[in-house]
Order: sequence, then C-alpha cells, then structure tokens
Amino acid sequence: MIESHLSLLMVVLPLLAAPIVAVLPNGRLPWAVSTLVSWSVFYLAAWQLMNVSTGHVISYELGGWAPPWGIEYRIDAVNALVALIVSGIAALTLPYALKSVTKEIPQQQHALFYAAFMLCLTGLLGIAQTGDIFNLFVFLEISSLSSYALISLGKKRQALTAAYQYLIMGTIGATFFIIGVGLLYAMTGTLNMADLAQRLPELYEHRTIHTAFAFIMVGFALKLALFPLHVWLPNAYTYAPMVVTIFLAATATKVAVYVMLRMVFTVFSVSFIENTPVDELFLLLCVMGILGMSFYAIYQKDSKRLLAYSSVAQIGYMVLGIGLGSVLGVTATLVHLFNHALMKGALFMAIGALVYRVGSSRLEHFSGLGKQMPWTFAAIVIGGLSLIGVPGTAGFISKWYLVLAAIEKQNWLIVAVILIGSLLAVAYVWKIIEVLYFKATDELEQKNITVKEAPLMLLIPMWVLVLANVYFGFNTELTVGTVEQAVKLLIPGVNE
Amino acid sequence: MISLASEYLIILAILLPLLASVLIVLADKWPNLREAITLITASIVAMLVITLATQVNAGERPGFDVFEVVPGITVSFSIEPLGMLFALVAGTLWLVTSIYAIGYMRGHNEKNQTRFYAAFAIAISSTLAAAFSGNMFTLFLCYEVLTLSTYPLVTHAGTVEARRSGRIYLGILLSTSIGFQLLAILITWSVAGTLDFQQGGILAGKLDPAYAGILYALFIFGVGKAAIMPFHKWLPAAMVAPTPVSALLHAVAVVKTGVFTILKVTLYIFGSDFITSSGASDWLIWFAAVTILLASLIAMTKDNLKARLAYSTISQLSYIVLGALIAVEMSLVGASMHIAMHAFAKITLFFAAGAILVAAHKKNISDMGGLGRAMPLTFIAFTIGSLSIIGLPPFGGMWSKWYLALGMVQSEQWILLAVLMISSLLNIAYLLPISVRAFFAKPKDGVLYTEVKEAPLSMLMAIGFTSLACIVLFFYPDPFYNLAVDAATGR
Repeated sequence: MIESHLSLLMVVLPLLAAPIVAVLPNGRLPWAVSTLVSWSVFYLAAWQLMNVSTGHVISYELGGWAPPWGIEYRIDAVNALVALIVSGIAALTLPYALKSVTKEIPQQQHALFYAAFMLCLTGLLGIAQTGDIFNLFVFLEISSLSSYALISLGKKRQALTAAYQYLIMGTIGATFFIIGVGLLYAMTGTLNMADLAQRLPELYEHRTIHTAFAFIMVGFALKLALFPLHVWLPNAYTYAPMVVTIFLAATATKVAVYVMLRMVFTVFSVSFIENTPVDELFLLLCVMGILGMSFYAIYQKDSKRLLAYSSVAQIGYMVLGIGLGSVLGVTATLVHLFNHALMKGALFMAIGALVYRVGSSRLEHFSGLGKQMPWTFAAIVIGGLSLIGVPGTAGFISKWYLVLAAIEKQNWLIVAVILIGSLLAVAYVWKIIEVLYFKATDELEQKNITVKEAPLMLLIPMWVLVLANVYFGFNTELTVGTVEQAVKLLIPGVNE
Repeated sequence: MISLASEYLIILAILLPLLASVLIVLADKWPNLREAITLITASIVAMLVITLATQVNAGERPGFDVFEVVPGITVSFSIEPLGMLFALVAGTLWLVTSIYAIGYMRGHNEKNQTRFYAAFAIAISSTLAAAFSGNMFTLFLCYEVLTLSTYPLVTHAGTVEARRSGRIYLGILLSTSIGFQLLAILITWSVAGTLDFQQGGILAGKLDPAYAGILYALFIFGVGKAAIMPFHKWLPAAMVAPTPVSALLHAVAVVKTGVFTILKVTLYIFGSDFITSSGASDWLIWFAAVTILLASLIAMTKDNLKARLAYSTISQLSYIVLGALIAVEMSLVGASMHIAMHAFAKITLFFAAGAILVAAHKKNISDMGGLGRAMPLTFIAFTIGSLSIIGLPPFGGMWSKWYLALGMVQSEQWILLAVLMISSLLNIAYLLPISVRAFFAKPKDGVLYTEVKEAPLSMLMAIGFTSLACIVLFFYPDPFYNLAVDAATGR
C-alpha cells in the first residue's frame, strides 16, 4: 500500500532532507544528498505522471482526514506535469550546481545553500501537488522565503537589494492571495479546491466572491511577474547565483502560472471569467508585456538581464492562453509552460557556463567565445532558436498552438503580437549569438584571455536540456498528449 | 547495379550531406581528406538524384512519413515532378560547385574552410529535403534550416560589413517567414485541416475566394527567399559571402527554394484552378512585374559585378514567380523550367566572377577592360551564360522564356508580355557590356595584364561544365522539360 503514499513522499522527501542537509559538514556531502533527493523526487514525479496520464485522478487524504475537512492532494495530469517540470529541472540543476556553486558561494555557506534549495523545491512541489488552497499558501511561503534567501547569496552586493525587492513584492503578492482565500472561506466555509468548485457557482453574483477573485489574481500576477508587476524579476534573476537563476527561471514562474490556471479554471470557471473584465485585462497586459519587454530585452547589456526580460515577455505568452480561455488557448499555455522551462533552463545553463569561465555575465565580456567554447555556444544557438520558435524545436510547438488559439478566436491583433514577439526574440537572441560568434574589433576587447570549454559537469545537464528542446520539437507525445488530457480536466464539457 | 527502393534513395540523399558535414568537422586537420569527403558525398548525391529522376520520369511517386509531430502534422517526404526537377538541379550543381569551391577557397586563401564546407553540406541537405517535402510543414522546417545554415556562410569573412549583411540576411528571411509564411501556414491548417501537398490544392471549396488573395499574398511575401520587392534586400547583402556560396546558394539553392515554395503553394496548396477562378493573384502579378523591371534597372547601375548579378537574380526570380501567379499550364511549365535554366546560366556567371576575383583580383566592372584577352575562357563562358539569361538561341534559357511568353499569350496578359520583352532588352543592356568591355576595351590605366592568367584548373572545369550545359540544354532540354510538363499538368 506504499504506492498510495508516493505523492506525498515527493513533498516530504525534500522537506526532511532540508534540515539534514543544513547540519551536514560543508563539503560535497550536502550537494550529494540534495542531488540524490532530487533524483528520487524526479523518479516519483515520472511515475506519478505515468499513473495519471490516462485520465486517472489520484486523491490522497493527508493524515487520513477525509476531504473537504482534511487536506487533500489531488493529482491529475495538470499537477503531474508541473511536478515533473519542477523535479526534472531540479534533478538537472543540482549536478550542475557542484562546480557552479563552488565558484560563486563561499564554502561555509554551502550546507545552508543546499538546505534552502531543498526547501524551495519542497515549496514548489507542494504547490503543484496540493488540492487545498490554504495548504497552497503555506507552500507558497516556504518556496518564497527560501528563494529570497537563495537570491541574496549572489556574489554582488546588489543581490541583497534584489532579494529585498523580491521580498517586498512577493509578500504583497502572498498577502493578497491569503486575503482572497480568507474571503472565499468566509463565503463558502471550505478550503478544498474541488469543494470550492462545487459551492462557488451559486455565489457567482456575490460581490465578495468577485473581490476574492481579484485579490487572488493580483497576488499571483505578482508572483508570476505578469507585466507590469514584473519589476522584481529582472533584478532577482540578474544578481542571484547562477544555479538559483536557472532553477527559479525554469520553475518558479511556471508554478505560479499553474496556480493561475487552477484558480481560473478549476476553482472558478470559464463562465465566471467571461462575466468579469479579467480575460480582456489579461490579453491587454500580455500584449503590452510581450511587446514592451521584448523591446527592453533587445537593449540589455547583461546576458542574464536580457534573458530575464525575455522571461517576462514569455510569461505573457502563457497568460495569453488563459486570457483566450479556449481549449486551444489553455493547451498552448500548458505546452509553453513545459517548453519554456526547457529553453530557459538550457539558455541560463549555457550562460552559467560562460560566467563560470569568464566571471561576468555582461555581453561585452563574451566576445568571440563561441570558438573557444563551441559546445556552450551551440547550446545557446539551439536554445535561442527554441526561444524564437523555429520549427524543429520545442518553442515552435508552443507558438503553433498559441497562434492557432488566436486564429480560432479570430483575434488578429493577438496573432500579430505573437508573431512580432517572435521577431523581437530573433533580435535579442541574435544579439547574444553575434557577440559570441564574432571576434571583437575594438582594441578594448582584444585582450581576451583564452578560455577553455566548460567542464563536463556543466555541459551534460545543459545538453540534456538542449536535446530535450529538439526532441520535444519533433515528438510531442509527452507534452501535447498529457496537456490534452489535462485540458479536458480543466475545461470540462469538451467532448473529444 | 543494386537497386534500392526509392524511399531509401530519398533518405540517403538527405542524410548523406548531413553525415558529410560531421565528417568534415572531424577531418578539420587534414584538408585533402576533408575535400575528398565533400567530393565523394557530392558525387554520390548527384548519382542518387539522377537515379531518382529516372524513376520519377518512369512514373514512380515514392513518399513516406517519418513521424508525427503534433496530431495531424507529420514530417513527410514524397517526390513529385517539380520537386524532382529542383533536386536534380541542386544535387548535380553541388558536385560542380564543390570542384569549383576547392580551387576558389585555396586560391583565395580563405580562413575557416572547415566551417565553410560543413555549413555548405547542411545547406544542401536542407535544400534536397525541401525539394522532397511531402507537406507544407516539412517544407517550412527545411526552409528555416536552410536560412540558418547559410548564415555562417554569408558572414564567413567576419568583418563589420559581413556582420551587417548577416543581420539583414537573417532579419529579412526570418521576419518574412515567421511573420507571414508561418501565419499563412497556420491559417491554411485551420481552414483546410491538412497541410499535405495534393494535386489540385487543399483550399478549393474550403476557403472563401474573397480571402484567397490575402492568404496567397501572405505566402508570396512570406517566402522572402523569392526576393520579391520590397523584400529583396537580403540578396545583395548576401553577396558579401565567398563566391561559391553566391554561386550555388544565392543563385541556385536558397533563392530557388524560395520560388520552388511559391510554385508548390500554387500547385498543391491552392491549385492552379482555384488561383485563376478566385483571382487571388490579380494584384500580386504587378509586384512581380515591377520587381522584374526595377531590379533590371538597378542592376544597370551597379559597378560591382556580384551586386549586378544579384539584382539580375532578383529580376529573374520574379519571372518564375510571375509564371506561378499567372497559373496557366504553359506559364507553369515555363516557371518550372526557368528554375533549371536560370540555375545553369547564373551559376556560370558567378563562377566567372569568382574566377576573375581569384585570378585578377578585380571586383568592379569598370576595372575589367581588356581582361578578356588575359582570361579568354572565363569570359567566353561569361558570354554564354549572359546569352542564356537573355534567352537567345542556341542556349537553354530560351526555352523557359518561350513557355513563359506562351503562358502570357494563353492568359492574354499582354502587358506582362511587354514586361517580359522589355526585361530581355534590359538583360542585354546590363550583361553584354561586361563581355564587350572585357574583350574590346582598353585597360583603365593602360596597364596590360601580362601577369594575369586563367583561374586554377578546378575552377575552369566547373565553368566549362556549366557553360556547356547552357548550350546542351537548348538541344536537349528533355529531362527538365518532361518533369516541368508533368508538374504543370498534374501527371
């Protein structure tokens, strides 16, 4: 009967690992334990996804208390996919971390770093697994607090300000969320998502419910860095240690998008959204975010900041699908959620390899490195093409569904914005590639020291993600297949 | 003779160049081995496409799916006469260009030759894959791979100018293909529910004829590689590349992939009947007509030989586009044949331009006075190529113009016929003076070219082959003619 506990084990394992890792002696041991834990969790997540991909729903009652009174873990294809992304990225980031962290973080903090990393993983997985919105808030705080700590470990002093800025914004977001949850609880007397979905429809006209919805949406718009609530993100990504940037960029915002999806489609419903200005507002903000932030990215001089602005723009694509509110739209959101984790993970890992060798993430220090670090360069090219959405990469599949969703709604403005966004992506991706590919011409940059290719410990995880970008550009059985299953659960009444 | 099923021949033709590019990178340290790999692969590929062509002429239409990407969208390859024609041109000319390139790259002491040959092989692989594409998705995939794999070739020199040209190249080709072509493909998919190339098209009866013009325009302008004005700037920019690249890729493979895509869309997505009945192309033909004339006029003003040839190519590409847009049987035959005829003629001109650069270090036409006496073979070949482009007998270029003109008569497009004739005159005006100056004018500063000799032998062999082909194709155009007729009549 152990099998039924495995879904909980995924969350408990890193949670228990955190204090153990914290007291381990600084050295390789904390890293080894964390890596082992992340691999086990990934294995569990893969098993879980296989179990639910047929449409089966796992319901786990925490402590044996029956829902809606007890906390329920309710795993369907949506959760399982998000849990797979989070644990998969963690399982790849941790092997990468060994070299990168040694270089960026003083040794006496290693144990604490890995402990915080484990807590962050716990929080993100918990959010993905739980079916209870108060429990979700608890995990949200676990992941947020640990990520503030992780970001502040960055080498530069600006990391502290970045972490502080994120702390303020993140806390406001979480507070808004909990106010919304409180209002819902006051009206319905339940915190269980499935139960809420049952009870809410009769209260849809009620102003308190609308207020609660508004609080929850704004709260999570802050967490997922929806334009114009994104200001914390570029600083946080730029100044955090490389490993933290990779992990957070590929997972944290994705989990927040997942919560948005759950709230909008499971707890509330399409018919509720259609009577609020939320969907139009989302579309408007996404259009502004995609165009504005892509433009911003083009003018950045720091590679991490450039990709961070690109992330804000890409989040726009994901929320766009929610705003369209159709089956195709949500499919696009979920597919892009998965694919974007792959491409940003790969890109940040490749940038991390450059930073590892050069010691800086500013573009001017990268000039001509493509020849000396060919594998890293190739990774950036392929990851970048995926970000643009060139056919044959995972990014193309995302764009394909997004544009189809917009065409289906005859919304030609959105179609144009998505395509223009891709063109802007060409501009900012090529900015990095050009710097790496060509040798510098002015004398200031001539004195480039010779550097070696990044060590294998960085290259292997990077290339796993790069190849995944290509693989999921051709074989979409796992992504599109699972997502179609998930969308059926999110938007019921679709008979296919 | 071992006979392989045509399916395997297709796979081999696409995969061998890819494999070659890997081997070329591995053979970095041994230039002779590296070039041997290129030559051997190119020979095998040439034999493969010729074998396939005989099978297609015999009526075979092999095709297969590789795998499904998203439900309903597959990567699939199949051969029909038009694709075969294009593959035949690209496959055989790769061998000729490889021979030429070895002489050029060594004679010109180019750097990074390994990268050059590797990227070249990938570009050829994607060109052949585009020719054999079984649906619009596969074609689009190959189209983009081709754009990206030619970027290192265009920016080969690594200079500031090369970088700027690279940006224009990539900027125009990617933005048109993502902005318009992808959109057109997505609309086609949502209207027709399929992207397969089918005889007679997939849109007729499903798309409101009123919108056909808009969708067709998205395709035509989305194929930036066809260099219809105002999206033509990338082609002159690409001339910064080494000459073999300009010769094979920017006179044959890349630009012909563009017009080939337009022909494919015309024949197998819209269907020529739907084009004519819906009037989708009525206003688009003027873009092609203006491009033909304007590009010819600009060509006359260019003193840089490669720039002049680039504008000539832009003009000639629009012949093919025009043939597709008119969409009657004869114009389609002419357009398809022009893919081949223009390829042989224009590659000869580029080969000659490269030979002049290597042997005499001259780029500008005004400096070439009297050069013909020092390099007679090169300039005779240049003259043959020029005459074939102009469309005079006894050169292959006559046939394609002949059928294009017949098509215009058939559809009673008298203004377009006039455009075609004026353009031929303009061709004379911008091409022949080059040969005349080389043979009859005196050198600019009175210097005699005593030091200048003909280009290396391998380059001369290539030039000789393509210029002879221009003549042979007048008397024996059958291989291309048969395929073109089969494509236009849907056999």
